[in-house]
Formats: sequence, C-alpha cells, structure tokens
Amino acid sequence: MSFIAKPKITHPGLPRNSIGLTLRDYEGSMSTLCAGCGHDSVSSAIMQAYFELSIEPHRVAKVSGIGCSSKTPTYFLGGAHGFNSVHGRMPSIATGANAANRELQYIGVSGDGDSLSIGLGQFSHAIRRNVNMMYVLENNGVYGLTKGQFSASADKGSKAKKGEANSYSPIDPVLLAMSLGCTFVGRSFSGDKDNLVPLLKSAISHSGFALIDVISPCVTFNDHEGSTKSYAHTREHMLETVYADYVGEHEEIIAQVKPGEYRQVMMHDGSRVGLRHIDENYDPTDRIAAISYIEKHRAEGAVVTGLLYVEEGSEEMHTTLGSAPGAMSEIPYEKLNPGAEALKRIQGRWR
Amino acid sequence: MSAKTRVNDFVIKLANVNGTGSASSNGLLMKSIFRMGIPVVGKNFFPSNIQGLPTWYEIRVTKDGYTCRTGTTDLMVAMNAETYSADLAELRPGGVLLYDSTWPRKDLQERGDVTVLGIPLSGMCNEAFESARAKVLMKNVAYVGALVALLDIEMDVVENLLNETFSAKPHLMDANMQAIRMGYDYAIQNFSCPLDMRLQRMDKTDGYVMVDGNTTAGLGSVYAGATVVSWYPITPSTSLIDSYSIFCKQLRVEEDKSGNKINNYCVIQAEDELAAIGMVLGANWNGARAFTSTSGPGISLMSEFLGLAYYAEIPAVIFDVQRVGPSTGMPTRTQQCDITSAAYASHGDTRHVLLFPSDPTECFEMALNAFDLAERLQAPVIVLSDLDIGMNDWMIPEIQWDESYQPDRGKVYDADTLKDMEKFYRYLDVDGDAIPWRTLPGVDAKGAYFVRGSGHNRYGGYTEKSDEYKDVLDRLRRKSDTAATLVPRPVFEPGVDVGAEKGWAVLSIGSCHGAIVEARDRLAGEKISFDYMRVKGFPFHQSVSEFIEKYDRVFVVEQNRDAQLRQLLVNEFDINPAQLVPLLSYDGMPVGSDFIVEAIKAELQLQGAATAG
Repeated sequence: MSFIAKPKITHPGLPRNSIGLTLRDYEGSMSTLCAGCGHDSVSSAIMQAYFELSIEPHRVAKVSGIGCSSKTPTYFLGGAHGFNSVHGRMPSIATGANAANRELQYIGVSGDGDSLSIGLGQFSHAIRRNVNMMYVLENNGVYGLTKGQFSASADKGSKAKKGEANSYSPIDPVLLAMSLGCTFVGRSFSGDKDNLVPLLKSAISHSGFALIDVISPCVTFNDHEGSTKSYAHTREHMLETVYADYVGEHEEIIAQVKPGEYRQVMMHDGSRVGLRHIDENYDPTDRIAAISYIEKHRAEGAVVTGLLYVEEGSEEMHTTLGSAPGAMSEIPYEKLNPGAEALKRIQGRWR
Repeated sequence: MSAKTRVNDFVIKLANVNGTGSASSNGLLMKSIFRMGIPVVGKNFFPSNIQGLPTWYEIRVTKDGYTCRTGTTDLMVAMNAETYSADLAELRPGGVLLYDSTWPRKDLQERGDVTVLGIPLSGMCNEAFESARAKVLMKNVAYVGALVALLDIEMDVVENLLNETFSAKPHLMDANMQAIRMGYDYAIQNFSCPLDMRLQRMDKTDGYVMVDGNTTAGLGSVYAGATVVSWYPITPSTSLIDSYSIFCKQLRVEEDKSGNKINNYCVIQAEDELAAIGMVLGANWNGARAFTSTSGPGISLMSEFLGLAYYAEIPAVIFDVQRVGPSTGMPTRTQQCDITSAAYASHGDTRHVLLFPSDPTECFEMALNAFDLAERLQAPVIVLSDLDIGMNDWMIPEIQWDESYQPDRGKVYDADTLKDMEKFYRYLDVDGDAIPWRTLPGVDAKGAYFVRGSGHNRYGGYTEKSDEYKDVLDRLRRKSDTAATLVPRPVFEPGVDVGAEKGWAVLSIGSCHGAIVEARDRLAGEKISFDYMRVKGFPFHQSVSEFIEKYDRVFVVEQNRDAQLRQLLVNEFDINPAQLVPLLSYDGMPVGSDFIVEAIKAELQLQGAATAG
C-alpha cells in the first residue's frame, strides 16, 4: 500500500480523453492492500480502460462482495457509486441494480474466494441471465484477509506458504463460465497490462455478461516456490492465445498481422474487437472447440489467456425480459399507476 | 319455520381429495352465497401436496358479517373416504352430513345425533359422463347441485356464475349445468328440501368483494409504483408475486413506435432467497421501488442482507407471508411465528420496521405504506402477513383508490441540488430526524459514495474508530425512534360499557382481529366487555405502552407458541411482564372466536379464583 496519498493536482500537460478528463479523474482513494498486490495493478488497468473509452465515471456503478479484491472498487473511479456487499453475493446486487437502470455501466469485482465458494451459485446464475456487466475475478488461489487458506481455485498439489499441499481439484472459472454459456470470457494476468487493458475495454463494450478471470498473485500468502498462482509460475506457464485489439467505433484498424490470423467481432455499441490469433488453431467463437483447447492445455499445466470466447449478437437480460428501454427507476409514477378506473374494473371480477 | 331453523348462519365444510378439481366447485358454492347478498368466509385447509392427500374447504355463512372461523361444523360434505370417520366425528350434534353413497361406509352408523344424507354422486357421474377426468370433476359439481336444493340457493345465481366462468367454453358450461341438475334433482326427489339450516337472500354484500391478501398485496405493489421484483417460490407467498406479475401484464405493458410490446416492470425469479433480497437491494440502491415476497425460511436466508440494508441504509420491501415453523414446519398451515425473527433479523444490533396487516384491505394499504416508509426511512420494511390472510377468501369492502396519492420517495438529492452543493456526505443527520440524505448512481459524480456493511463514519468513509462507529450506530437507534412515529398507529377500540370491571384489556395483532371482534360481541352477551388495541406497526408507537399501563392485565392474543408479540413488548418497553398475559393459538389453523371466548373466560375465572382466594 502507498502510505502517502497523492496530492490532487492535475498537471496541465496530462493527456485528456475525448470528454476532457485525465487519467487522474479515474482514480479512487488510496489502496490499503499489500505493496505489490496484483489487485492494485488490475485497478490501474481498470482506470486505464475507462479512461481510454472516455466513459464518465459517474455513469459507472461498481459492485463487489467480500475479500481483498472486493475492497478494490474504492481504489478506482472515485466519481462512481460503489456497493461493497456481502460474501459471494455481488452478482445479485449487480442484477438488481441493472434491472433498475440498464443505462449505466456495471463493473463487478470479485475474487476466487468470493466467487467460487459461497458465490458459485450467484456467479452461475448471473451468467445464465446474461446480465449486462463486466465481472472481473481477481484470482490468486488463496484467502488473503483470513491469512492464507486455500481457495477453491487453488490447483491440486499447489503448496501453501508453510509447505502444505492442496488436496482438492480446482474450480476453473473460465471453463465453468463457458460451460454455462457465458457470452464473453477472457483470462489475463495482473502483470500483463498490455493484454489486460484491451481485454477490459472489449468486455466493457460487450452487451451481456463479460467474465475476465485475472490471475492476480497474492504477494503475502501465495507468491512462493510451489505455488501455481505466483508471479513467477504464471509468467512461465501463461499461454497467450488470442490477443484482443479494441477498436473504437470510428477508429482505423492498424494491427499488423498475417492474413488468416485476424478477425473482427462487432460489439453492441458499434465498436469492434480485433482478435489476433496467436495460435492459429484457436477459434474464439467456437465454444466447444475452445473448451477442449483450454481443458487440454490446463492438463498440461498451461494457463491459456486472452479473449477466449465471445458470442456475437448476445441477448442480454433486459432483451430476454422485454423491458422498456431506459431506466425502470426513471419511469414517471403517472405511467406506473393504473388509476381508480382500473381498480374498479379489476374488483368487478372479485364478486 | 321451526325453532330449529338456522338461516344464513352456519358452517359448511367440504372434505375432498387434493387434485380432484374441488377448488372450483367450492369456489362456485361460496360465490353463489356471496351473490345472494349473504356474507361468507372461505378458508382452505390444504396439504403440502399436488394430488392425493386430504383437503378441506370451509365456508362460513355469517349474516352478521364476521370474518373468522367459529371452530364448529354444521354441515359436512364428506367426499373423502380416507377422512370420513374424522369428518363425521367433527360434526356438531344436530348437524348434517352429506356423502357419496356409491360406496357404502361401514362406520356410517357411529353417530345417532346427526342427519346423514347419501347421494350416489360417483355412480351418477360415471353413467352420465364419458371421460375419466369428467367423472371425477363432475361429482364435485354435482354435490353443489344437491346443496342448491338442500340450502335453497338461487339456481339463477349458480347458472350466471357458470356462464361467466365458461363463456369461452360452452361445452363445459353444459356439462357443469348437467351435473348441477343431477345433484339438485336427486336431492329434491329423495330429501326434504330445504334443510332447517338454509339460506335466504340478503343485501349485505353490496359494495364488497371476495379476495385473498396475496392478490391485494401484489396489486398494492403495482399501485405503489414498484418496478423491480425478485423472488424465489415458496408457499404461501408465491401467489403474491403471481398477482403482481398478472396485474403488470394487464396494466404495465405498452407498445413502442414499432408496435413491440415493452414492459414497464421487471420480474426476476431468483436462484434462491439470498439472491432475491440481493437483487431487491441492488435495485433500491439504484432508485427503483423493488420488493420480494417470501415466508419464514426465506427470512432466515435473507437475514445477512437485511443487516446490511439496515446498516448501510438501503430501502427494501419484503412481504413475509408467515407459515407454520420451525424449519419446514407445516408449509400449508398458518401462524404468526416470524415476529421476533423479522424484528431483529441479522447479527449485530438491528431493528427492522414491521407492518402487521389484518386482512386483504390492509395488505393493499400496507403495500403502499411499506414502499413509502422504506424510502422515507432508507431501511428494509417487512410486511408480516400470514397464510390465513394471504391465501384465504375474505369479504372486504371494495378498495377505493385515492387519486391524490403520490409516492414518498424520501430524501434523495437530485442532480441540480448536487451541482450547487459544496460536498455531499452520505450519513449526516442534516435535519435532526436521524434520517440522512442519499444520492442515486448515475446522477452526478459529486453524489458518489461507497455503500459498505463495514464500519463507516457519518461522512460515509470507512472507519475502525470507536467513536465514529458509535456515532452512526446511535443515530440508527434514533432513526428507529423516528420510525415509531411514522408507522401506522395502533387501533384502539373501547369496550361497550356493560358494567364490567375495566381492570383488563386485550392487545393483538394481524389476522387475530376478526376472531377478537366476534369474541367481543359474544362476550358482551355475557356482560363481559373489554377495551381492545391492535398494533399495526413496529417499532411500537408510544401509545401502545400507554395503553398497557392503564390496566392491571392485558391479554396478548397471538398465533405462535412463544408469545412473540409479548416478547417484543417486554423487550421494547419498560413494563412489568406480569401485566401481559399470553393467549396463544398455534395449531396451524386460523384462530377462531371460540378459542378467544374460552381463553378469556378461563383467564377471568383464574383471576377471580385468585382474588377470592
């Protein structure tokens, strides 16, 4: 954690985005996480993504559960409302908030402890409903706030700080989400901002539930020899498969790639995501093939990263529900109140 | 008419097998009586089962317009061989039993003090109808026909009701009418009709409707402007959400410019109650009026989030349609057993706002109260209905809509106000009523704050400082005092002075009301009169303790084993517990006037004995 809060002075030379804001306008309060925590890097990537997309901070709603990762929404986008809820139940807060106002951007921040144990049900059901939100799962395989117990994402055989090996099979949020029909699935590493920022921007532009599993090492309890979620292990075993180039609505595509290795996906808001297939055998729009590719590499100990699956034309929750456009919370009462005549008519049937 | 004649004042109980279509026959019978201008009460005693277990429907014909059960049965329609002996035993001496004589019942002769009428209902229907389903369904319609003759029900009324029901399916109308005629003709030819117990047209149902409380609570939520609902199915609350959804489909759908239907509401069936309450909090935080409906087990599951909502000050409306506990209990029976668990739901120092409706009229009114109070107080409001109110058929005056009603959205800073403000602080007591101002997401960056269940100070910042934490907790206690002044006031009804001593009174809650009203009239006949107060909200208004202080003893009538209302009174007020005498009915059946009359008399006798001794 940084002990001295940065003074809120904006240098006139700082770059501004298209709505005239600087990156500093996307900051939050001072982090209270351990120095070197992967989560702080994720927070800074999140700020960068919203800044680059020129989204007004107050049009974003931040939600989280309980745990180290769930604390982070205070550390970015200070101009946005935030909701730090109860353990594992951020998805329901996000779903309800989204039901009330579909016009805001929703970012949920959670961890492996929060999402994959008590939160597994809500995580799965938010995916099923295809709630329009970005869900960032900061995955470190360990319970940090309670000092180092294994979480459900810890790999079998991975070692705890004092040497004890984990005996249970891990839950992989990426494979789980894909099997549930999640319409956008990505994986990244907190130490790879070049990959993470465009992935976040693509997820924000997606209409529907966008999961980004970020391997985000815990420097205090899970960054040692024998851990499969350490910085060193992740760097060594990361297999970048699909690189997402986020391309704004009116921007030129400048990626230099070989033909056959590049394709574009139209996002709901008119922007495009260019997908650079680093492994030419991988097709991020073929769900079944993608699952077996990830599964196969997982068995070999590799962590497949990138934009792993995206469903074009995904139908988000409100489309399924047939909701009115605009926010439910802003419908005037006159439109919601059926009035005295209707009440009389209804009661005529109760005689 | 003989001296034995009983007109418009008796109880019919219909014993059936679940899943045989008896509900529509029994509804037809009840509505026919209602349309003859005679007040009725309909109570359904059904099993936790879809098909095959015993089920009873009780229709009380009550010329005086009482709304409760009495506890006795005057006419039993015994259609279920399995429960026949028990049904026969339940009948009062001098009562009448009607049964399906297609199959002889060997224990028929066990009682000589009742009139037994056999009709070969199955035999007649097996001959008259083709399909197996019709044979089963129509025997229930046929007993209605027999009762038309036996009770002197107007045939026109029955025919009109069937016409309305089957206007789209004329062939069903014919079959139903045929079954009615069959039962009617058999009764006319074989019995002396009508019975001594019979009906006679009145004009006491004009301006009234028959409805259950879940229907009116759902409709009240539509009128309150609720737009987001999240829920998980559980008996007996499910029909409340059905009601909201059905009325929204009728009243809240419009067409956009391209002719597509768009919904001005959002109903989400959650994966469980944990998620249902979470969605309600998320939606309310984001400015919509959102609610859920559940029963006791759901309240247990929602408790953690209810604590967060209390502490972080998020509005929410929860309907708890109470059923018999503990645990799964008897899911299709009624009780008032969630009073204490709802009042203090969650860990830590919590105190929730509760509303106690007593009938479907108040379910509608309190739905509106609940949303107004939740937003005014920025807190969860739990409406404690029960299975008896929620699922049974009540006669209530037609609900009048007050066109001047405007929702109270509470203290919310809008964009203009925020722009002019120097700085916004979430939990400051600006107005001295312990209710802070809030802001909604998406409006202005200046209004941004972070909702947290962890320690926070009056400015909305994270804290672990003792004095800052205590400051917020103490304000929340004061907010509870404000709530006591805003919840609906208790209703006080003085006793008719018939010269009785005024050393005691009755205090009660919710669905006990109907039974107390009738018990009061019955006791007045015995020169016993009492003052009566019914509480309608929690935190209790000060007038509740003032009421209690006026008497040596107050009988607290409620429907649970542990006297939960009494516990709450003792806990909240500085009163002598010995003053509060519990009168408890908790067998799962809606409390009847017999119980209250007997319980009060027994208590008075005890007191008298004590005084004399």
